[in-house]
Amino acid sequence: MSQITGAQAIVKCLMEEGVSTIFGYPGGAVIDLYDELMSSPQLTHVLVRHEQAAVHAADGYARVTGEVGVALLTSGPGATNGVTGIATAYMDSIPIVILTGQVPTPLIGNDAFQEVDIVGITRPCTKHNYLVNNRNDLVETIREAFYVAKTGRPGPVLVDLPKDIIKADIDFEDRKPIRLQSYQPTYEPHMGQIDKACRLIMEARKPVLYVGGGVILSNASEELRELALKLDIPVTMTLMGLGSFPGSHDLSMGMLGMHGTYTANMAVAECDLLISVGARFDDRVTGKLDTFATNAKIIHVDIDPTSISKNVSVDVPIVSDCRKALTALNNWFNNRQDISIEDEKSKHQQWFEQIKRWQQQHPLTYIEEGEKIKPQYVVEMLDKLTDGEAIVATEVGQHQMWAAQFYQFNSPRRFLTSGGLGTMGYGLPAAIGAKMARPDKVCIDIAGDASIQMNIQEIATAMQYKCPVKVAILNNRFLGMVRQWQELFYEKRYASTTMDFAPDFVALAKAYGAVGLRATRKSEVEDVIREALAVDTFVLMDFEISREEGVFPMVPAGKSTTEMLLV
Amino acid sequence: MKHTLSVLLRNQPGVLSRVTGLFSGRGFNIESLCVAETLDPKVSCLTLITSGDNNVIEQITKQLHKLIDVLKVVDIGDGDFVEREMVLIRVSAEAATRAEVLRIIDIFRGKVVDVSPKSYVVEVTGSHAKIEAVINILKPIGIKEIVRTGKIAIARGGAHK
Repeated sequence: MSQITGAQAIVKCLMEEGVSTIFGYPGGAVIDLYDELMSSPQLTHVLVRHEQAAVHAADGYARVTGEVGVALLTSGPGATNGVTGIATAYMDSIPIVILTGQVPTPLIGNDAFQEVDIVGITRPCTKHNYLVNNRNDLVETIREAFYVAKTGRPGPVLVDLPKDIIKADIDFEDRKPIRLQSYQPTYEPHMGQIDKACRLIMEARKPVLYVGGGVILSNASEELRELALKLDIPVTMTLMGLGSFPGSHDLSMGMLGMHGTYTANMAVAECDLLISVGARFDDRVTGKLDTFATNAKIIHVDIDPTSISKNVSVDVPIVSDCRKALTALNNWFNNRQDISIEDEKSKHQQWFEQIKRWQQQHPLTYIEEGEKIKPQYVVEMLDKLTDGEAIVATEVGQHQMWAAQFYQFNSPRRFLTSGGLGTMGYGLPAAIGAKMARPDKVCIDIAGDASIQMNIQEIATAMQYKCPVKVAILNNRFLGMVRQWQELFYEKRYASTTMDFAPDFVALAKAYGAVGLRATRKSEVEDVIREALAVDTFVLMDFEISREEGVFPMVPAGKSTTEMLLV
Repeated sequence: MKHTLSVLLRNQPGVLSRVTGLFSGRGFNIESLCVAETLDPKVSCLTLITSGDNNVIEQITKQLHKLIDVLKVVDIGDGDFVEREMVLIRVSAEAATRAEVLRIIDIFRGKVVDVSPKSYVVEVTGSHAKIEAVINILKPIGIKEIVRTGKIAIARGGAHK
């Protein structure tokens, strides 16, 4: 056991956890920790331009790698600026650790300069948080924070670090296995429940797999694919679940819910068994609850017991890690010699034909209008020219839904979007975090002209770290999604949704030393994307799209999911 | 329907605020709340009265469990249990009523814990209904001040489930 400073101990803890990149912004309360980082070349620190972006970047890093992302913020405004990022990660169950500086312990509660009760502020939007007020607790607390962030249902964990603790001499104890009496997530499914679930699957003639972000978080894509293909069960994904099952597969019905496909919503309405894995029956998915999947028995797999029977009561709850539950379901069918898998498959044949008919009747589509740029076309071209292999981040709004509908995600951890909180300004910093984690991949932020301006300062971060993210702005000079609601439900009264002024994005990119490209006609789109992908630097593409294009299908809020407005 | 939840918590700073924040943030109702250390000074016991249908109570129980500092949640309303509240009452005790107050307190098996020329402070423990009853009886005589605890409860028979 050796005496080192708190700052050295924190860096050692980060190394222990295998952290290689952190995102942050310095300030008085964390200056000692930054001083220590300067002598730690193994850790890359990415200096963002706003603390919100540090947290989003750590979140993007975590979504792409599956590891815990780390953000480092100073006390007071540094910490409060991070709150939107923390709440974003909380709603989407993303494992990140946020280290915040705090005023020295003797000053806490005295309204000291840059003091804020960040533990109090973030209590409802973190999985857990800590204020370290004793130097002897420092190391154990940081280790516990990482453990809590990545186990069970993952989530953000904040550790508030008073300046005197960072400067103090402390004993650095060896790592011991962490066991918290009050926190023991259930990973293994109950075999009795698995048995019940499999019997329901055997009885079903019109089953649907409804899968969400939990499948991605637990790395269960392979197991999901095995189950779906083994029994020919069609799959629909939530926004958070996109990529967990290959979007281009015959069994994929695409996304469900408010802007989901006609097929997915019809299939959920008519199915006789809904197998939900790692999804939480969000209001954007279910629409009017009384009419959601009324013909179906429901199996619900989730590691978080509070998700089960929260909105919809279920027949077979399974509290478990998604991967372990899917493995158990697969094993059940693999081990039953008396069951013919081919017979089971054939039971779903008629259902599958019905699904094909729906897909033919109402595929995802849009109306072409000569040389006008349709946003859906831009996304299709991005998909085509990146072979569907890019990491795609989005902001929030119409462009987000077009990205979800028209980019074919065939692998998990490729689509970064703020699903739960719906945070505009998420995409650019998340794409920077993702590109830092996977420099080998093309990283695209599909953005709107309104959203991009919420964290546009991060172009500087991307330029400083030579992080060649590509931004595609679907520019309609509107706050598009709100405008669409106003068009449909508020008699076209466009209250404060017209962006009457915006910067010249191409010139702005150039001002940052980046490349700016613009397309105003459909025939220019492909060339602009090709050029953007060809250069090894940050590129901002400005696509002037048809202004009043809407996102369809659309289930109006509070309506039944079969009441879709179509193109 | 009313439920009595007994919640064991890690005795940490801010832990009560996690519980009350959960209730206010999710729109659950707290009718009374009482918290103190257990035999193990690292653990506190919180007795909480709430109301809601079975789905609401199920959510409350699960959400409480989800808090990292919560060790155990028991809905003790599920079984047979003993519940107690305590009240301290400053009641008028003029020459004409002093004896009457003593008689009433005696009937309720309460105690006088402080005496002054014109008033008593009396202590009564018991079920919610009993506390209500003693207050109603003393009201006409003249209650000057009253302080009540929340309800605490414990299961009958064996140990904490």
